[in-house]
Amino acid sequence: MSAVPISYYLVLSAILFGLGVIAFVFKRNIITIFMAIELMLNAVNLAFVAFARAHNQLDGLVFVFFVIVVAAAEAAVGLAIVITIAQNRQSLNIERVNLLKF
Amino acid sequence: MSVPFILFFVFAGIAVAGAVLLIVAREPIHSALSLILVMVSLAVLYLLLGAEFIAAVQIIVYAGAIMVLFVFVIMLLNAGVEERTDWSKLAKYAGLPLAGFLLIELAYWLARPAAGMTAALHAARGMGAAPTRALSEMLFRDYLFPFEATSILILIAILGALVLAKGDE
Amino acid sequence: MEFIAQHPILVVSLVKIAVLLLLVLTVLAYLSWFERKVIAHIQSRWGPYYVGAHGLLQPLADGLKFLFKEDLTPPGADRFVYVLAPLLALSLAITTLALIPFGPATIHILGQPTQLVIANVDIGLLFLFAITSIGVYGVALAGWSSNSKYPLLGGLRSSAQMISYEVSLTVSVVGVLLVAGSLNFNEIIEGQRGAFWHWNVFRAGHGAFPQIIGFLCYATAAIAETNRVPFDLPEGETELVAGFHTEYSSFKFAMFFMAEYANMVTVCCLATILFFGGWLSPFPESWTWQQYLPAAALLVCAAYLAYDTAVNMRGIARIQLAVVTVLAAGIGVLCLIPAVMPVIQGPFWFLAKVAFFLFFYVWTRGTLPRFRYDQLMAFGWKLLLPVSLVNLLVTGLVIIWPQLGRHG
Repeated sequence: MSAVPISYYLVLSAILFGLGVIAFVFKRNIITIFMAIELMLNAVNLAFVAFARAHNQLDGLVFVFFVIVVAAAEAAVGLAIVITIAQNRQSLNIERVNLLKF
Repeated sequence: MSVPFILFFVFAGIAVAGAVLLIVAREPIHSALSLILVMVSLAVLYLLLGAEFIAAVQIIVYAGAIMVLFVFVIMLLNAGVEERTDWSKLAKYAGLPLAGFLLIELAYWLARPAAGMTAALHAARGMGAAPTRALSEMLFRDYLFPFEATSILILIAILGALVLAKGDE
Repeated sequence: MEFIAQHPILVVSLVKIAVLLLLVLTVLAYLSWFERKVIAHIQSRWGPYYVGAHGLLQPLADGLKFLFKEDLTPPGADRFVYVLAPLLALSLAITTLALIPFGPATIHILGQPTQLVIANVDIGLLFLFAITSIGVYGVALAGWSSNSKYPLLGGLRSSAQMISYEVSLTVSVVGVLLVAGSLNFNEIIEGQRGAFWHWNVFRAGHGAFPQIIGFLCYATAAIAETNRVPFDLPEGETELVAGFHTEYSSFKFAMFFMAEYANMVTVCCLATILFFGGWLSPFPESWTWQQYLPAAALLVCAAYLAYDTAVNMRGIARIQLAVVTVLAAGIGVLCLIPAVMPVIQGPFWFLAKVAFFLFFYVWTRGTLPRFRYDQLMAFGWKLLLPVSLVNLLVTGLVIIWPQLGRHG
């Protein structure tokens, strides 16, 4: 059984990260933008795990563990903020959250 | 075409399809479902890379808790179809190609140095026999301080979410 | 034929999956019969009695009814998610059963030696919890996609309840992990070898602590996790019409129904594996007469059924019950064949224990009243989680106590 080269996983990670960036820049709903952030974090996790396998070290996996935990904390607080914004502005469109706009 | 290759391409394809669906979907709930699809297929890819514990943690925490939170918020806020506002011409004709270029460039520079490494399925040291046990030993010895720091971080996040949810009471 | 020779593991796994799927679907159907009978007898009535002898054909009639009912879709519902939700719920609920080991014996399918488990994963327990945690989506998405008030509220409440009790469920199991030292089901069961006082729930001694409190926390959290009485407010009939599955009819409703029973079965299987010794027998291993027990139990059942056929039944019910008697007697005799006898020991004890836990589930349903939702959530977070955390702490301390003095 031949093995899958690590570069394949890294290219996939780059593709997912790029798609996450596209979603982050072009979508208008706050929750969808948040989900694009999670997609980017996932792409980075994939790169970490791929490199951990390539160098045969477990440090990459430990870092992935911490990224997942921090993403959980961030999602909790971020969604609480989103709910507050939605209640205040009565809209989930990010272009309506423009009170600080110059 | 050996089995690891087939599995990789199938689940990589599903992951990319999920990401594209996230961008293309008109309702946030469909975006959330496609993100869950991406996470589950990434968990399968972690299994292919030999990281069993991380695959299980990904499903339990990411797909099973964080995304449930997202789905809850979408249900609570009754998020419907996104408003369609016109993008500026600059965004449409320069933005998308630039984003695509970023993607391709990232892929190129990530693929080059790693060209020689392969994910041999039965590798020797670090991720060998009992990766879960080795991982937990590393977590509680070398990385003990970050571990405790993240637990404090979670506590802060709980307090922050509570304060934000209570509002002006 | 050469496909079988080239991919032996794949073909054997497919055979095992087919057999397990068939067995599981039958068990799920007859679990509904069992539940109705037990609750009826608790309430001093008979339950299904006329559709086949002792109501044994009732699940068949119910299945036909579900198939032929009109399949409505509520107006304005999100079609894709509406169809996805019950599929997700049922498929995830049955998938968890692929990880469960039914016995220690090695049997030969198509010439290949294989274990009595479909997937012997090293992190089996963690994977089971992973699949259960995705099961929340079935409920949440069903509530959302029905485009109606009651299902939305029911779905939200139900999924909030499930994720709350999931935490206590996982923490109450970690005590067992500390005692067993592995996430693999087979290794957890192997550590409980001996007699019933070696089971994890009673085990005391070197490197172990009786997990009674852990088991009680697990049982409570499991009943809440599967949305059963007394924790079934989100789907109680007097509260929210029918909760998250109000707008579902015919086969999709049947899928939710089966998913709930499949979750029950999974949770009971997990309880027997983690706390009650899985496929190990309660008698010490030196008592060799116990290998005749499965055959003896089945033949006693067949004898009672024969008595019932001869004395109580009339007409077509008599013929049906006679068929069941012959079936029971046939399987009993089958267990006496020397080739089958060692293989059937593990599954017999495993299924006996699972059946007892299922009976316990139905018993609580017939006996206890329902929790109110705020009582339910307060109980889960303020009582159950602290108790399971204390259990974990005490277990860890007791296990590591002998080694603490060494570094002094």
